Amino acid sequence: MARLMKHHLFWPLTMLAGLLLFNLCYSPDFFSIQIRNGHLYGSLIDILNFGAPLIVVAIGMTLVIATKGVDLSVGSIVAITGALACMTLSKSSDQNGFAVVLLAIVISLVLAIVLGLWNGLLVSLGGIQPIIATLILMVAGRGIAQLITSGQIITVSSPRYNYIGAGSLLGLPFSVFIVLAIFITALLLTRKSALGLFIESVGTNSEASRLAGIRSRAILISVYAFCGICAGIAGLILSSNVSSADGNNAGLWVELDAILAVVIGGTSMNGGRFYLSGTLIGALIIQTLTTTIYMIGVPPEITLVVKAFVVLVVCLIQSEAFRKKIFERRKYRKYSDKAEVTRHA
Amino acid sequence: MLKKQYLPIIVTVALFMVMFVAGAFRYTGFFSLQVLLNLLIDNAFLLIVAIGMTFVIISGGIDLSVGSMIALTTMVSASLIQNVGWSPWVVIPLVLMIGATFGCAMGALIHYFNIQPFIVTLAGMFLARGLCYVISINTITINNTFYMSMAQTKIHLPGGNFISISVLIALVAVAIGIYVAHYTRFGRNVYALGGSEQSAVLMGLPVARTKILVYTLSGFCSALSGVVFTFYMLSGYGLHANGLELDAIAAVVIGGTLLTGGVGYIAGTFFGVMIQGVIQTIISFEGTLSSWWTKIVIGLLLFSFIVFQRIFTTRRSSRRG
Repeated sequence: MARLMKHHLFWPLTMLAGLLLFNLCYSPDFFSIQIRNGHLYGSLIDILNFGAPLIVVAIGMTLVIATKGVDLSVGSIVAITGALACMTLSKSSDQNGFAVVLLAIVISLVLAIVLGLWNGLLVSLGGIQPIIATLILMVAGRGIAQLITSGQIITVSSPRYNYIGAGSLLGLPFSVFIVLAIFITALLLTRKSALGLFIESVGTNSEASRLAGIRSRAILISVYAFCGICAGIAGLILSSNVSSADGNNAGLWVELDAILAVVIGGTSMNGGRFYLSGTLIGALIIQTLTTTIYMIGVPPEITLVVKAFVVLVVCLIQSEAFRKKIFERRKYRKYSDKAEVTRHA
Repeated sequence: MLKKQYLPIIVTVALFMVMFVAGAFRYTGFFSLQVLLNLLIDNAFLLIVAIGMTFVIISGGIDLSVGSMIALTTMVSASLIQNVGWSPWVVIPLVLMIGATFGCAMGALIHYFNIQPFIVTLAGMFLARGLCYVISINTITINNTFYMSMAQTKIHLPGGNFISISVLIALVAVAIGIYVAHYTRFGRNVYALGGSEQSAVLMGLPVARTKILVYTLSGFCSALSGVVFTFYMLSGYGLHANGLELDAIAAVVIGGTLLTGGVGYIAGTFFGVMIQGVIQTIISFEGTLSSWWTKIVIGLLLFSFIVFQRIFTTRRSSRRG
């Protein structure tokens, strides 16, 4: 039992189970999944479908946070890629053409990588604090997204493009498969090769890893580029789900939710250790929380208050100083006489 | 003689003057005292927030909760005045107290539990915004006579120009900020803390008190700014000042404060805010340029100032070493 509790997935899973249990008590048909026209319908499927962009962003964010960094610009990248893809589609004569859709996807993902590389270069070569380096793109990015869409909300009518975010495969939403593909790729790359270890060592001490022969800079740049491409894919899923691009509101606050998901998943903001599976569960917790709050019928904005307390509690549990204070007090209560004796001895 | 350490602030002031003069040459009616004063009128709340933010950043931290705190202040003031019918003389001190307490709590969490300021103030940001919606999800319009008169009173200056009461509050805040930063023990402790926390502890400086006070000050400044913002908007709304924390951080950085802490000037922040104001004014004078250019230009400025800072600091440290 003690070993089970020490497992890094114990608390996140307990939290998720608790949330689901609450939903079960509150509305028993929460778990019911129906089949309509060959698609699965139900709250659980909704959570997977609407949570997909967040999970994808959070996977990229996990690796960045593992290097002791943070990427604030993901929300802007989400907006930019969505805007660029929709713009490319709406400019073409045949919006549903396979080549056009492919082109739109490819150029927006290339742009997403470029933006990620830009962040990576600022952090690694420029030596600028990650918060600040990515803040630049966070501020300017929304402007760029609006520049691409000329401040309008662009709508496209392209069933092929729409498939990415709203289509379904084998009865499940297609976005779930995208998430799985990215998750498995990231997991294999980091855990079946030395890359994960390199990322953790750069996060622990970048200079020491460089001296040990790890190319810290290259690792940093590629991690930010990966985070960029993850944000880009999330942008495509989001914009294709609603068949439109909104430079102002697409992906708003997604960076905060992603950071929250990573932290809930047990990855420390201090870098040096990361849990992709934890992040996956963290993102699911956030999405379940949002769905639950919608279901209960309180104003969805109140989610923010709940999130605030979740962040605080998780951070307090992670904080060494906090644990030490709680732990020491207990120790003193138990062994107060002994402590007295040793002090006088 | 000019000291090297004043270089960033000189660049900021020069940039502000160049932009203003360029605007004056390009647009008729730009070069007037009133345009300059309008910069202050429209950015009074940003100025006040940025002062608190400067202290936080000089101490080596960051405060993301300021925008939400402004929204919460407008919301609490509006609901207490409109729905409960309290007097402004009770409400304003109360919201200032709330702001300071909020900041103090965040500071305590940051110091005693050693959690990153980024995360703590992020939670504070969520909490304050969420609390706005707990009060109401709609806009509450204020038609209290005191608030109306605060919003509409123009203080006439010689030459037919005018400023608002908010500008006076902001300028007093700047003056107090400069005094506190450069002429008090607390100010010097903040600089020491930002320079190196380890050394500050070893020197026996009151690190805990300073750190908590810095966030308290920032919370107080954002509440004060919220009061001024309420005068400006005459309403309370949960979406007020959305993303203002970024504007404030950008103003502080453009003003020459190093994000690593330990170096910075309140006066620089003043010009940082003014530069943002000038960009907005130029864009509105241009007419054909859309508002999103503001974001792009501010992003570019942020970038160039950060790179400039980077070069400046590496040169300084390499000379020392």
